[in-house]
Amino acid sequence: MAISSLILLLLLLTAAAYLIAKRRALQTVGGRRNASQLNSLPSHYGALAAIWCVVPALVLLLLWGVLEGPVIDRQVAAQLDPATLDGGNVNLLLNQAQNLVASGRIDSETDPLRRGLAEHYRDLQDRSGLLRSVLAIALAVIGTAFACSRITRTLRARTRVERFMLGVLAASASVAILTTLGIVLSVLFEAMQFFREVPPTDFLFGTVWSPQTAIRADQVGASGSFGAIPLFVGTLLISAIALTVAVPIGLMSAIYLSEYAHASVRSVAKPVMEVLAGIPTVVYGFFAVLTVAPAIRRLGESIGLSVASESALAAGLVMGIMIIPFVSSLSDDVIKAVPQALRDGSFGLGATKSETIRQVVFPAALPGIVGSILLAASRAIGETMIVVMAAGLSANLTINPLEAVTTVTVQIVTLLTGDQEFDSAKTLAAFALGLMLFFTTLLLNVFALHVVRKYREQYE
Amino acid sequence: MSETTEIVRASLAKRYARERRFRLLGLASVMASAAFLVLLLGNILTKAWPAFTTTYVKIDVPLTPEVLRLPDAPDSEAIASARYGRAVKQAMRDLFPDVSSRSEKRALYQTVSAQAEFTVKDAVIANPELIGTTHSLWVLADDDLDTYRKSKSLQAVPEEDRRFKDFQVTWLEELSAQNRIKTSFNWVFFERGDSREPELAGIRGALAGSFYTLIVTLALSFPIGVAAAIYLESFAPRNRLTDLIEVNINNLAAVPSIVFGLLGVAVFINFLHLPRSAPLVGGVVLSLMTLPTIIIASRAAIKSVPPSIADAALGLGASRMQAVMHHVLPLAMPGILTGTIIGMAQALGETAPLLMIGMVAFIVDVPTGITDPATVLPVQVYLWSDSPERAFTERTSAAIVVLLVFLILMNAFAVYLRKRFERSW
Repeated sequence: MAISSLILLLLLLTAAAYLIAKRRALQTVGGRRNASQLNSLPSHYGALAAIWCVVPALVLLLLWGVLEGPVIDRQVAAQLDPATLDGGNVNLLLNQAQNLVASGRIDSETDPLRRGLAEHYRDLQDRSGLLRSVLAIALAVIGTAFACSRITRTLRARTRVERFMLGVLAASASVAILTTLGIVLSVLFEAMQFFREVPPTDFLFGTVWSPQTAIRADQVGASGSFGAIPLFVGTLLISAIALTVAVPIGLMSAIYLSEYAHASVRSVAKPVMEVLAGIPTVVYGFFAVLTVAPAIRRLGESIGLSVASESALAAGLVMGIMIIPFVSSLSDDVIKAVPQALRDGSFGLGATKSETIRQVVFPAALPGIVGSILLAASRAIGETMIVVMAAGLSANLTINPLEAVTTVTVQIVTLLTGDQEFDSAKTLAAFALGLMLFFTTLLLNVFALHVVRKYREQYE
Repeated sequence: MSETTEIVRASLAKRYARERRFRLLGLASVMASAAFLVLLLGNILTKAWPAFTTTYVKIDVPLTPEVLRLPDAPDSEAIASARYGRAVKQAMRDLFPDVSSRSEKRALYQTVSAQAEFTVKDAVIANPELIGTTHSLWVLADDDLDTYRKSKSLQAVPEEDRRFKDFQVTWLEELSAQNRIKTSFNWVFFERGDSREPELAGIRGALAGSFYTLIVTLALSFPIGVAAAIYLESFAPRNRLTDLIEVNINNLAAVPSIVFGLLGVAVFINFLHLPRSAPLVGGVVLSLMTLPTIIIASRAAIKSVPPSIADAALGLGASRMQAVMHHVLPLAMPGILTGTIIGMAQALGETAPLLMIGMVAFIVDVPTGITDPATVLPVQVYLWSDSPERAFTERTSAAIVVLLVFLILMNAFAVYLRKRFERSW
């Protein structure tokens, strides 16, 4: 039976279990008139039976899904006689057998070894599927029967159902922990494998990045070089350009909007900022590569400068536009949190509005503003699409904004989007870079959030 | 007047001037953001505009059995495998009998799209009686002709700098003079999957891929996100574990999206062996990414429901769970939905993590399920933006316009929900 129809059947069974248990609960007290004699609402008895019906069966299906493949593989592999393997390895043969079954092209033209394997494979799969369906349905029926048999007038069905629901809610909340754990473990694990091949000091302090791995050992430039300094410098260069654009504009916008602007101006300007923040980064990338980069190049040439067509300046400028809303909305919040009394005191001493802002409001809001700038910096460092499209691929160690540089994120994408062996140093390097990226942004975020929170408490 | 007053008065003009400058600087910053937005959108719209129309050419196709290489009494199989490409070439030669050199002939055949022979084939299969006649048919023009026709600026470019040469221009003029050229809405762009030929490339596949990916994202992140928010707002004990969860959620919201892509490659593709390039994996990765957004928005919505509602339910004998599920949650739903839609809009525009799990493959077929290989709209934009043809630049911009329209619709719906169901207590 196909998995979708099996699940549909299970859902029908669940609905049936609900109705049966509900009726049975009412029967134990002699009908709906006496429902108040039950410990819980009739629907709670129904829900309890439904849980007993569907949860064990679903757990079984999940386990089956995880274990089915490996178990079948092992059984088929056990049938293989190592002597008959004509140089091919077991995994390859198994793969071919799987593909044969999936494509349904087992005929007399296939060679006997593979055909035998494939047929065995198909047999086992069919049997496994049948067994799975029978077991799942049996579990559902047994679960329902068990739940129904325990229904009495005093069964505390509501408590049980609610305890189960609470468990589900708590499990959902812990998905966040699991995600973080998954990120840390997967990145760390692959990065460790990388550092077994390339020493961490070479990676952190090397100045040459050319991640080729050799196809033949005697190839020219066979040994790849994984010095990440050019990538870090490139990332910092582009982020610095972006912040140079975004911080003044974002900060001044925030000051203007929170201190000067009319409600009518705010009601227009705020959505504009939100739209700017909501535009997908791939759109910014397209804009950078097609409009901004050629414009900068033309401008540079007209004043006699040679500008690379994938200059850091173009990517940085556009990234700066992208992060203006982050700076402005966070700064807006902290500026608004400065107590009015501070401003009133300054006005009372005869200061003009701009003097008040510069000498009272700004210093008071400074920690929060620093926090918002750090968050924006973490955005800039982790931003991918703009640099993938508009920055270069070659790792130049330079701080000249008119030349092409590459960034950590660009390299992660280029290392992982090709079709190469997953275990090569080249692919694993992407995870080492990911590790650096994750921890850098994590540190920036934790520090920034800490600063902002501490500051907020100060005035509350 | 005292001395101090004197000093203050003397400096007033200067201070007011500085005040005005400061204020202007603020206004200029706000205007700068607005100007960037206008520039960006205007730039993309003007680039996208031509892509929404396309050019058709009318050709008279000689459908004689000798051109089509058909037997005398063709059955349906013979008709299906007839040589319609020859017929199209013959039709082009008939239109311009003077063309003789090899390279010019090739250029002539390429005036119409490679799709033309299939248009002819479909017409013949639909109506086999056409065989033996000469049939007039509108077929799709090649992208070079199409682009040249639509672009005034390209027409001013010297011949050696454009793909559409002067001798082709004279053909175009002749065809126009014979009323054999028409412009119509570019349905192809919305009806077909990706293609190497710009005139045949469409976003149907990417739209379907985005749809399936978002369905998976929604199906996972909405229930989990809302359940997590309920737990954290209404049930979680104040302890270390709860604090850890909260710190985690806040940090995940700020983790670069590409890191989620690394997680997707390492765990879902490499460890669990889920299919590459599939909306299933894309949806799972994006749902992990949007979860923090949904949880944070849902918590805010649940928190904004006054405690008196839950208290009243508790006072009437409801359990905590009943009070939350029956009373607090329905009242918080508009806020939760608004947050979810905004999270979905983010997921729709996300590109980087999907590149890593292989949704960048060149896929012609429109996906029909969550395990088919697929690509999504922003990734399609990324793929096309690499293509040098001008027609692809137009189509990239057009795909961006479609993407932005969807984003605007989703956000407008979120704003509507907020306005319509917002309550003040």
